Amino acid sequence: MKYRILAYIFFVIGFSDLFIKIFFGNIFNEFTEDYYEIANPILVFTPVLFFSIGGIFLKEARVNMSIENFGTSRFKYYTPQLVCLLFVVLIFLFFTFNAQINMENRGIDFGFGFLKQEASFDIQFSLVEYDGLDPYWWAYVAALLNTLLVAFLGIIFCTILGVIVGVARLSSNFLIKNAASWYIEFFRNIPLLLQIFFWYYAALRALPLPQDANSLFGVTYLTIKGYYMPSFVWNNLNIFIYLFLAAIISIIFVRYYAIKLRDTKGKQLPVFYISIFLLIFLPGLSFLIGGVTLNFEIPILKQLSATSFIYDGGISVPPELIALTLALSLYTATFIAECVRAGIQGISKGQKEAASSLGLTPNQVLKLVIMPQALRIIIPPTTNQYLNLTKNSSLAAAIAYPDLVLVFAGTALMQTGRAIEIVSITMLTYLSISLAIAALMNWYNKSIEIKEK
Amino acid sequence: MFKLIKQLTSFVAMVAVLFTFTTETMAAKKSKTLKNTQKKGFVRCGVSQGLPGFSNADASGNWTGVDVDVCRAVAAAVLGDANKVKFTPLSAKERFTALTSGEIDILSRNTTWTLSRDADIGLTFVGVNFYDGQGFMVRKNSGITSTSQFKDGISACTNLGTTTELNMRDFFNSKGISYTPVTFEKADEVVAAYDAGRCDTYTTDKSGLAAQRIKLSSPDDHVVLPETISKEPLGPVVRQGDSVWEDIVRWSLNTMIEAEEYGITSANADSMKTSENPAIKRLVGAEGEMGAAFGLDNEWNLRIIKQVGNYGESYKRNIADTGILPDRGPNELWTKGGILYVPPSR
Repeated sequence: MKYRILAYIFFVIGFSDLFIKIFFGNIFNEFTEDYYEIANPILVFTPVLFFSIGGIFLKEARVNMSIENFGTSRFKYYTPQLVCLLFVVLIFLFFTFNAQINMENRGIDFGFGFLKQEASFDIQFSLVEYDGLDPYWWAYVAALLNTLLVAFLGIIFCTILGVIVGVARLSSNFLIKNAASWYIEFFRNIPLLLQIFFWYYAALRALPLPQDANSLFGVTYLTIKGYYMPSFVWNNLNIFIYLFLAAIISIIFVRYYAIKLRDTKGKQLPVFYISIFLLIFLPGLSFLIGGVTLNFEIPILKQLSATSFIYDGGISVPPELIALTLALSLYTATFIAECVRAGIQGISKGQKEAASSLGLTPNQVLKLVIMPQALRIIIPPTTNQYLNLTKNSSLAAAIAYPDLVLVFAGTALMQTGRAIEIVSITMLTYLSISLAIAALMNWYNKSIEIKEK
Repeated sequence: MFKLIKQLTSFVAMVAVLFTFTTETMAAKKSKTLKNTQKKGFVRCGVSQGLPGFSNADASGNWTGVDVDVCRAVAAAVLGDANKVKFTPLSAKERFTALTSGEIDILSRNTTWTLSRDADIGLTFVGVNFYDGQGFMVRKNSGITSTSQFKDGISACTNLGTTTELNMRDFFNSKGISYTPVTFEKADEVVAAYDAGRCDTYTTDKSGLAAQRIKLSSPDDHVVLPETISKEPLGPVVRQGDSVWEDIVRWSLNTMIEAEEYGITSANADSMKTSENPAIKRLVGAEGEMGAAFGLDNEWNLRIIKQVGNYGESYKRNIADTGILPDRGPNELWTKGGILYVPPSR
């Protein structure tokens, strides 16, 4: 009982401290700057101190009680946790109020109304139609899509490269094995920001000006101002897409049928070849009888002045995107390669030998025995790498790639001066992207893990 | 139980007493920022990350420039020594947050005075120490001599988070030209990208163009186009809410400009004390009580002129003699055809 009273006393002190700070916080405004610099950071946390001391006493009391009575009720179990929750909420409230009071003193408004104002700045390139007349929230969407674009491209490339290098590292070929491990050791141990700078300022600076560029494959040009390539001009694109979807659906049916056939009659269907045939044949049919046509818009050199040229038409990929994607995927691929290697090496040799002794081909051994088990080891750490890549994409701001940090937490923040609002929106956005990727990967991990009954 | 309640109330009372004791008010007569600065012994000044003529650090870390001189003038007035300044280099993006959060006390970083900045984000502009306007720089061999020769598809490099970004859009839109903006956070990155050929033109304030041109690999291959597309009054900024500090910074700048008007220089300031002209005598602290309202002594303005010099000296030392903009243009005194005109010190 002694502990319990002490605990509650401390809670009450903590609460009143917090209460005073939240609701009468502005009485501290008359303090000197020294107060803000030295005392305030400590005083902010005094409620935490009171609460933790109280918590310790409460825990002590509870332990004592359960020893005496050999049993606790639900109420006793949940009360301290509810108190903690309430306390966390109050802490957040305190920080909010504290910021609000200080902003009020300095004449800064708080609010998200600015998102509806006209942005009046331009973005280098965006996936959606964006113009300076659009509001800030639309600039946010454009910038967010640019971030997602570079994250998506980076994840695809680093996965492909990572799997290849990871498998190569286990190769019995001396040259391949060592090349793979040199690559990993080199790129993994150089800070990412330096790699981004290298690709942008060193590697891409060596590219020719548009007028001096030699074409790749006759129609694409890699220049200092970007990579220019033909764009597709579709006619009746929807018919093509329907047939493509139809091909994918029929492949699913074929696979299903093949499994049934194998289970009931023991026959094997060449599913892979049938799938490829369907994928080519059905969309191909749309060109023959569906009236679908595909033309290319080829970039053409255009003169702006005596010495400056650009390519007009087609698609232009800005050099910033190329540099960023290169740096991100080369860097992250090293980590994924190590995950893949760990996954494959984590499966004992006996598995492979047992599978072979059952008469499975080496291909089937890898596909049906090794990989399903290795994936369980590979997926969780790879998820982390995907998250890292996405978060690292914010380094784009260093090389003028118009991502969320550059456009929204950069230009928009500067033009509106709404630091707290914009930074919190940006933080929440990255948090949501990361959680979404994690959720997706967890779902995939669930679907491949051992089904225990 | 009754005893417990009694205990609790006494605790709450104790806590309340504890916090009311610490809320004693300080004398609001003096400026908080001024008091703090005098206690610290240096002026906290935010400057650019390196813009020759305005704020630029040499190899040994000495800052020079007209923006730097404003902070030095305040230090001379407030602390008696123009060298007691702590400079914080800031990017365009960081500058206002650094000021409003209290990391610096003066922002003297070629910052354009606009309505939204003055009214919206808790800042106060105290004056103009350089009248500027936005211009374009292109390669000489491109044959472009005027902005009217710009064509669709032009790419323009500039700094992130500046009025430049907005003016550029207004300019190209009004001309109906489609363009690609490439915005970097640091000025050096913009210069590097433009130099390498990533952009066809580099746009920023004309003084900035003149200063950055020197950093290019071959400055003579580039020209600044004659057109000026915007008004860019650059000046020092302080936090909103400390009007005494605001006045100190404002009148430190005004003193430098007015000193030039009356021909007071760092060399002859002492001898001006015996001048016949009362306006001159006021400017060197020999007449009137010009410092009392700020909580300063009477020779604060004399110290500025002696240690930093007048505006003309500062301009000559930092901008004209370094070859950035030998012609003062609008930054000449109103008596000599420019638009520098400050309220009288009296």
